[in-house]
Amino acid sequence: MEYLSDVVTLRLDREVCVGCGRCLEVCPHGVFSVDSGKARIDDRDACMECGACARNCPVGALYVKNGVGCAVGILNARLGRKSACCGGAQSGCCSS
Amino acid sequence: MSFGCCCGTCGAVAVADGMTGYLQTSIGPVPRVAVRWTWRDRVGAWAVCWGLGRMRYTVAPGLYAVGTPTQEAPVLVTANYKLSFDHLRRALDGFDAWVLVLDTKGVNVWCAAGKGTFGTDELVERFALSGVAKVVVHRKLVVPQLGAPGVAAHEVSRRTGFQAIYGPVYARDLPAFLRDGMRATPEMRRVGFKLRERLAVTPIELVHRALPVAFTLAFFLASSGLGRHGYRLDFGQWPWIALAVGANAFAGIVLTPALLPWLPGRSFAVKGAVTGVVLGAILALFCPFGWLAGVSAGMLGVSACSFLGLMFTGCTPYTSASGVKSEMRWSLPMQGALALAGVCGWVASRFI
Ligand code: SF4
Ligand code: SF4
Repeated sequence: MEYLSDVVTLRLDREVCVGCGRCLEVCPHGVFSVDSGKARIDDRDACMECGACARNCPVGALYVKNGVGCAVGILNARLGRKSACCGGAQSGCCSS
Repeated sequence: MSFGCCCGTCGAVAVADGMTGYLQTSIGPVPRVAVRWTWRDRVGAWAVCWGLGRMRYTVAPGLYAVGTPTQEAPVLVTANYKLSFDHLRRALDGFDAWVLVLDTKGVNVWCAAGKGTFGTDELVERFALSGVAKVVVHRKLVVPQLGAPGVAAHEVSRRTGFQAIYGPVYARDLPAFLRDGMRATPEMRRVGFKLRERLAVTPIELVHRALPVAFTLAFFLASSGLGRHGYRLDFGQWPWIALAVGANAFAGIVLTPALLPWLPGRSFAVKGAVTGVVLGAILALFCPFGWLAGVSAGMLGVSACSFLGLMFTGCTPYTSASGVKSEMRWSLPMQGALALAGVCGWVASRFI
């Protein structure tokens, strides 16, 4: 399943990348591959902006504005309320 | 607060739920966990999925033993949400391992990592407090991959001297991962969203939406009393109104998630709207509402199903925040306009 195309904030600076492969390991959607010693974004639209890759890149070659892709949470945030989103029905609570 | 080990040292206390006793180690007694689920674990897991009493579903943070772990046994990190812990211990049946439970305030690994409570700092602190470094000779920590948004593996390594290795996404793949020398296949690194997983969240969704659905139902039942000749409830319409509201709730909460991959479009508001259009057409054809009320009911259904589709983004593991924001920008006004038109048409149909 693919979500909307061309919306995510993911950016890779290939100049800085040292090709360690950490981003491949942590990404739950197979967004990256490593090619000639550098990471490459293969499937940008599959990114869910979880932030795992950017947090784990040892040289800071990745940027993503991470957030939870949840309409309830975003609405609540806009209304100045605390997000009631994650921790409730987020998938994974019941299946893993 | 951080005295997670207190219950292990304060004299003869009862063995906690899910534990089978204590393992004597060089750092004192470490609670030993049961790998089999009891009926209470099952009931608990079921209750959690239905949103009942979730707030108390926690495990004390700290170090635990699975089986009879030696100095060579792997160290696995998890959250103190009892269901995360339960899935982990069940997957470890037949293994000897150490489990380090972080204090995530009873939230699962994935959500806690997003909030940062399952994070580098908590891991490093809990690691130091637990004394786990004294019971093993190797220098490796297995961190669940879904914790990666909160944990920087290279920082953990720098601060603890232990190498942080990401385990598989699902606890059920842990045996294969451990047997293969801590290597995860690319499939183990991917988050799925199969029918079973999509439907696993419907019970809690039904519970969450019960109140709004009840209000909607009450509103339309009451509206049946409007008319040119004063207010008199039309009980003959009630079964049809209840059917229409119930069918819409079912479509929006159960059908859209179940049919997700087959519904056209990428946007959830569109997918929901498609369900709503199909259902609305069926209802308009078969319910004895008359043309104006039928069309209005259809519009209300499209609006409701589209909105519920959008709400379902919170339950999926692949929608990005940027994507959800972008579809909210156009879909919320559309849903609002449809709902308004639907209510006006519905009320007007009572007077003509
Ligand atoms: S933000 Fe998450 S989903 Fe997106 S590329 Fe990074 S790890 Fe993958
Ligand atoms: S984690 Fe960073 S340095 Fe390593 S391969 Fe990915 S982008 Fe390159």
